[in-house]
Amino acid sequence: MSFLLIVEQTLNGIQFGVFLFLISAGLTLVFGIMNMVNLTHGSLYMMGAYYAFALTNLTGSFYLAILLMIPAALVTGIVLELVALRTLYSRDHLDQVLATFGLILFFNELVRLVWGPENKRFDIPQSLSGHVEIIPGIPYPEYRVAIIAVGLLVAVFLYFLIARTRIGMLVRAGASNRMMVGALGVNIRLLYTVIFGIGAALAGLAGGMAGPILSVGTGMGEGMLILAFVVIVIGGIGSIRGALVASVLVGIVETVGRSTVPILLQGFLSRDVANTAGPALASMLIYVVMAAVLFFRPQGLFPARTG
Amino acid sequence: MIRTLTCSASALALFAAVLAGTPAAAQETLKIGFINTFSGDRAIFGKQQKDALELALQHLGGKVGGLPVEIIYADDQGKPDVGRQESDKLVQKDRVHFVTGIIWSNVLLAVARPVTRAGVIMITTNAGASPMSGKECHPNFFTTSWNNDTIPEGVGKLMTDDKVENSFMLAPNYQAGKDMITGLQRFYKGQAVGQILTKLDQSDFQAELSQIRAANPKSVFIFQPGGMGISFLKQWAASGLADKIPLYSAFTVDAVTLPAIGDAALGTFHTMYWAADLKNPQNERFVKDFMAKYNYEPSNYSAQAYDLLPWLESAVKEVKGNLADKDGIRNALRKVNYASIRGPYKLNQNHTPIQNIYKLEVIKGPDGKSKIVSRGTVFENHKDSYGAECDMKW
Repeated sequence: MSFLLIVEQTLNGIQFGVFLFLISAGLTLVFGIMNMVNLTHGSLYMMGAYYAFALTNLTGSFYLAILLMIPAALVTGIVLELVALRTLYSRDHLDQVLATFGLILFFNELVRLVWGPENKRFDIPQSLSGHVEIIPGIPYPEYRVAIIAVGLLVAVFLYFLIARTRIGMLVRAGASNRMMVGALGVNIRLLYTVIFGIGAALAGLAGGMAGPILSVGTGMGEGMLILAFVVIVIGGIGSIRGALVASVLVGIVETVGRSTVPILLQGFLSRDVANTAGPALASMLIYVVMAAVLFFRPQGLFPARTG
Repeated sequence: MIRTLTCSASALALFAAVLAGTPAAAQETLKIGFINTFSGDRAIFGKQQKDALELALQHLGGKVGGLPVEIIYADDQGKPDVGRQESDKLVQKDRVHFVTGIIWSNVLLAVARPVTRAGVIMITTNAGASPMSGKECHPNFFTTSWNNDTIPEGVGKLMTDDKVENSFMLAPNYQAGKDMITGLQRFYKGQAVGQILTKLDQSDFQAELSQIRAANPKSVFIFQPGGMGISFLKQWAASGLADKIPLYSAFTVDAVTLPAIGDAALGTFHTMYWAADLKNPQNERFVKDFMAKYNYEPSNYSAQAYDLLPWLESAVKEVKGNLADKDGIRNALRKVNYASIRGPYKLNQNHTPIQNIYKLEVIKGPDGKSKIVSRGTVFENHKDSYGAECDMKW
């Protein structure tokens, strides 16, 4: 395995990590600040992909579809919060898991009723279908570079939102003492609705961006949801900065791990055994990292509340 | 008063209905249990098979071998335990004459034994788990499709015929994934320059694409069914490798996934026992009427479900509608005496079809959409590799 390939795999890892950040940012906001286990986050990701699909067909432009999809996902999130999730804040986590799991089934069936059971397609826009040579001699798809760019933009946006705006200040205050903020006359319910909407819009954006390179179908969010939970646990629940760092960490461990572990194992195991055990070990790596982080820093890498 | 009137009126109506029903009651109704996946994220298979089955019934004039038909649909949700519950219900409560359908190998393995041991004839319309052709073969078990290995075996032969020097192979890390690579290598004589067992349900393949680029193989073989294949091919096309390296696939590109893959599948090759453009009158009629009725391209899944009814009809006719004559039905099924839309074929002694395997390519159709066309025969009358493990004699 050449040095260049390792560099390339690291780049792949960073790209996948930034994509993961798009999904986990919303999840960590909702989980950390509202103390709400929201399994529907994966469904909102799926809804984003379907919105983008429908809007691309409607408008004929991928960019326009992504722009319109964000408010659509935002509204979906707000409606979901007002109708169903709002009643769950005071319940314990198990109730929240059960209710939001039910909502996963609801969304999957909803999508199947509206768009049918077959997988949907919308393509990478022509203007992003080329390649750039970030590493000399290795063409890298422009679309993936675009995902990195969008992810970083979102990170900057969230940083400003949380650290520099009044909403952000209330969010931070609400996270550390909900009762007190309420007592000071802030409408904490409205605040939560807004936060949930933003989380939904971020999940939707991730789904919309994933659409052209991943298969768009019911249940597409569930696999991503697990990874997103790993990310927010490693990063520290509620911390945007933690989510960014942990996303990139998980992306790199996952990508570099699965391409190097089987090759390393071939050094001292037979090819057949290495080929089978390697991928199995590699897919455990991120959970090993998570366990290690939990052991040494149970609050995650960047705990939100103490910081 | 009014109540008495309505009562007597309905009694009369009931009496008339009983009278009208009498002649039909003499004739037995053929009950077919059809287990398929109708809900969940893989419900597309159930939809396509059900559509084809209904078209077949329409083509037969609503009757099979002169008998009225009742098809009982059961949803296995793609889960072995649910499939088992449904099959038990079909056999014990509904007392069906045939249990049919089944998409997934794991569901099949849970269902086949109890059904066939209860003396009911079972015909799967897709799942081709190897044990069913080998040690688990049974006189009551038939299939309209294939044994899993025969399709990648076709790809292996195709790659050998195409004189592809070496290949990089990708399959998910589970039993079927390994079986596919074994099947491929049974007939592929070139070198394997790389092999990656990917994670099941993996959606991002960028790391694998980088490895493929670094290995610079003469060809790539993938088995990535369903959503995995859709994701892989989109990323394969975006990576720019598609222009340089020929891609061969098994159970990945088909009429179900192609609309979701689109142009990204152009120029790729795969193999199947059937193709929409096969030239025989029954196939031409099937494809034309299917398109007209449902407005989408029939897949091999549809084709397999369609074949079920004409085959059953040939057997029901042979026993003159006497559904109790299991041995007669079994022997008739073994003759495969019907006009299959794949053309003529036979059964191996383990009840697995001995059939042609065709080379298929994805090209741009006249309407600008990508479509699958056949490019000649890879195997004439290909026999599966598990016959020796089956001790059934007939």
